[in-house]
Amino acid sequence: MSVGILTLIVLGLAALGYFVGRQRALALVQGDARHLHSLPNYYGWSVALFAAVPALLLTAAWLFVQPVLIETRVSAMLSETVIAEAGSTGLVMSDVRRVADGLNAVAAKAGLDEAGIDALRADFTDLRGRLAEVGVALGADVDTSVLAAAKEYRILSGEGRIAMAVAVLLLTLAGGAFALWRITPEQRARNLVEQFTLALLIGCSMIAVATTAGIIVSLVFESVHFFNIYPASDFLFSTEWNPQFRGGSSLGLWPLVWGTMYVSLIALIVAAPIGLMAAIYLSEYASANMRATAKPLLEILAGIPSIVYGLFALITVGPILRDWFAEPMGLGNSSSSVMTAGVVMGIMLIPYVSSLSDDIINAVPQAMRDGSFGLGATQSETVKRVVLPAALPGIVGAVLLAASRAIGETMIVVMGAGAAAQLSLNPFDAMTTVTVKIVSQLTGDTEFASPETLVAFALGLTLFCITLALNILALIIVRKYREQYE
Amino acid sequence: MTDASLHSAAPKSLTAIDSRTRRRKAAETRFRLLGLGAVSLGLVALVFLLISILGNGLGAFKQTRVEFPVFLDAAVLDKSGTGDPAALKKITTIAYGKLIQKALEAELTAKGIDTLGLSSKDILGLMSKEAPAELRDRVLADPALIGQTVPFSSFATSRVDGFFKGRVTLETAARDANISPEQLKVAQAMKDAGMIATKLNLAFLTASDSSELRPEAAGLGVAALGSAYMMLIVLVLSLPIGVATSIYLEEMAPKNKWTDMIEVNIANLAAVPSIVYGILALALFINFMGLPQSASIVGGLVLTLMTLPTIIIATRAALKAVPPSIRDAALGVGASKMQSIFHHVLPLAMPGILTGTILGLARALGESAPLLLIGMVAFVKDFPAAPPEGLLQPATALPVQVYQWTQRSDPAFVERASGAIIVLLVFLLIMNAVAIILRRRFERRW
Repeated sequence: MSVGILTLIVLGLAALGYFVGRQRALALVQGDARHLHSLPNYYGWSVALFAAVPALLLTAAWLFVQPVLIETRVSAMLSETVIAEAGSTGLVMSDVRRVADGLNAVAAKAGLDEAGIDALRADFTDLRGRLAEVGVALGADVDTSVLAAAKEYRILSGEGRIAMAVAVLLLTLAGGAFALWRITPEQRARNLVEQFTLALLIGCSMIAVATTAGIIVSLVFESVHFFNIYPASDFLFSTEWNPQFRGGSSLGLWPLVWGTMYVSLIALIVAAPIGLMAAIYLSEYASANMRATAKPLLEILAGIPSIVYGLFALITVGPILRDWFAEPMGLGNSSSSVMTAGVVMGIMLIPYVSSLSDDIINAVPQAMRDGSFGLGATQSETVKRVVLPAALPGIVGAVLLAASRAIGETMIVVMGAGAAAQLSLNPFDAMTTVTVKIVSQLTGDTEFASPETLVAFALGLTLFCITLALNILALIIVRKYREQYE
Repeated sequence: MTDASLHSAAPKSLTAIDSRTRRRKAAETRFRLLGLGAVSLGLVALVFLLISILGNGLGAFKQTRVEFPVFLDAAVLDKSGTGDPAALKKITTIAYGKLIQKALEAELTAKGIDTLGLSSKDILGLMSKEAPAELRDRVLADPALIGQTVPFSSFATSRVDGFFKGRVTLETAARDANISPEQLKVAQAMKDAGMIATKLNLAFLTASDSSELRPEAAGLGVAALGSAYMMLIVLVLSLPIGVATSIYLEEMAPKNKWTDMIEVNIANLAAVPSIVYGILALALFINFMGLPQSASIVGGLVLTLMTLPTIIIATRAALKAVPPSIRDAALGVGASKMQSIFHHVLPLAMPGILTGTILGLARALGESAPLLLIGMVAFVKDFPAAPPEGLLQPATALPVQVYQWTQRSDPAFVERASGAIIVLLVFLLIMNAVAIILRRRFERRW
């Protein structure tokens, strides 16, 4: 029985429990709901919750624990030679799982019963061929101990599934029956249900915390792995990035950080003045009509997915910059360059800067402007000498937020900046960034446990720390500024 | 003395503008123009971006097709003459390719088109490599066709397609190993004779991806389905969780350090780079929980985590906008706190919540970086099955498909990628329009 069907059955039983519970509560008071402590629905809900919640929790726990238990039992069956050949138990176990899946498929296709599967022998039948027929491609012939393990795995997981189904259904019925038995006219069903709802709400809000915890744990955990096999000092202080397939890579952080900073700097040089001037114009000069059209149009730029900007960089901006600027000026002939990625990213960031700055400029009290006008200042003088200095902290915050976006942006740099890790000052050189290398190291073919792959987690940790610091700084600045005028 | 000095410093006239005022006024105009310039620069960038994508991508919705009759020779396709399906299946696409080549040559002679001394292989080279397989599928589906002459229509190769769309010219063809100028001249003659036409190609929206060598047959079907699955998961998970979190934080939670921490947490999560979520998904869902790579469930889960902060922020704003008098009135007639929230506040906040959810979904639809890390860059040709099993099968997503196509060397894929972007943008436009309409129609000002 699949988990989906089991869940549906549990939910169906719970729904049934709702109606039975409601009826029972009403029957206890001869249909006169006024004699009940709570509305009849709450009695129904209490039964449904008692039936469904423990059962579903048990299902989740079972799904989590069962594979671990089975793997420890099955992996003991594997012969030492197989494990030594493959390099790690984990790899053999994944083979075992695939063979077990394949056996199921073969059995389903050929109509084999249990005895038939048991009779399959790795050394006699062409098991690899038969498995390939059902879509399980194996790199080598099936080892005897792997096959035995796979058979055991099949049987154990089959038994586990059945045990789970029985246990879960029993728990559903028991929970429902318990709740039904508890129903009395005096029972505080509403309070019970509301307490449960509150627990659910709290549980949901924990997911946000769990996500952060998950991010930090997974980054730190794998980074520690990485630093165990690669010296941290080389990662942090080396200026060479040169991953090799066969080991002996140099994985220095600095070329990537330099590329990231350079791209972000160009992006901010594009976005900050344009965004700020646009915000000033829209909040101080533009008519209401123009503001109502231009502001949403500019914000479309923020709603466009970054893959679109990436394509724009790749097929339009890159070639234009190369043909019109880089080649005539003798600065290079690569269409992917720091300039390409920076300019396109700058366009993307315009609305981030302009929207935030707009809010902040609008928050500057009108009295300050009026005072300046009263002294005879023109509008631009008021903006430059009064409004901007007053709004400056907020604008700095907005630019910092945009910078954190720029540093974390992936698709534009993957498609526009290139892949060469180098420390160069020429903005028309192809350079690479932290995010580009995270993608390329994790989508490559290298083995997961190698430093070349694990370095991506260390890079991710670096990225997370930088953006987090920038965000917190920006939030503190913006919050301080808001308080100033409230 | 004083009188004289006062007199000399006095302005010459009140109506004539002196040089300092003129300078200040000029500075004012300059500043104003600078602002206008900034706004227009932003808008010009937007227009330029859209024109570039549309200009490159609209061609993907049309495709050049070659049409001619093919004689399905029984002596080749069904040697035994029994029509036994197993025997029919043994005939490979190479045999079908030969049939197509013969038929094409015959048709060229019949139409009186000069083949300019092209070899048979070059003539077959005008057609997509997909054509023999297409013909084979058709015959296997209906073996009764064997022995007949059937009208056949298939894609021309991407270079011929590019020639009629202006991407390939005779000059570039001279340098191209895959096509020769003579072939293009023959193709032009075929077009003049009505054998080749560039038509609307809906297969671009429905077909699955194809290999590097046949860009003309590549379609978005699997990617669109994968995106739809993921959006479904995101909607089903993030809406209830997001609303529950917001209700707790906005209505129930005591103001203390703990809830403060949750709030700061959510604000920070909204700003975490999307690629970090990809790393989380790789470590947690794939390595730790053992979910399959490139499955839409993993993509859906990671996009859910990414969308949650957006939905929570929008929902909290919507809940805040419901005036306290509603809550007070409900409590006043004896409702419990839960009842006041679920029966009164939540329904009134629903339009705002839905708007936020749609915007969050639109964002998730365009997200690609985390999906790259969970193995969605793999080449997926088969459509995933219907949910729930389909959620565990390999799939890809629209933005990832775009990325994959840009990584291929054939320039025909750039057109495909831009076409896919147009589809993506149309979806985003629809979602945003729905959000705006929802807000306009149902939003209440208290």
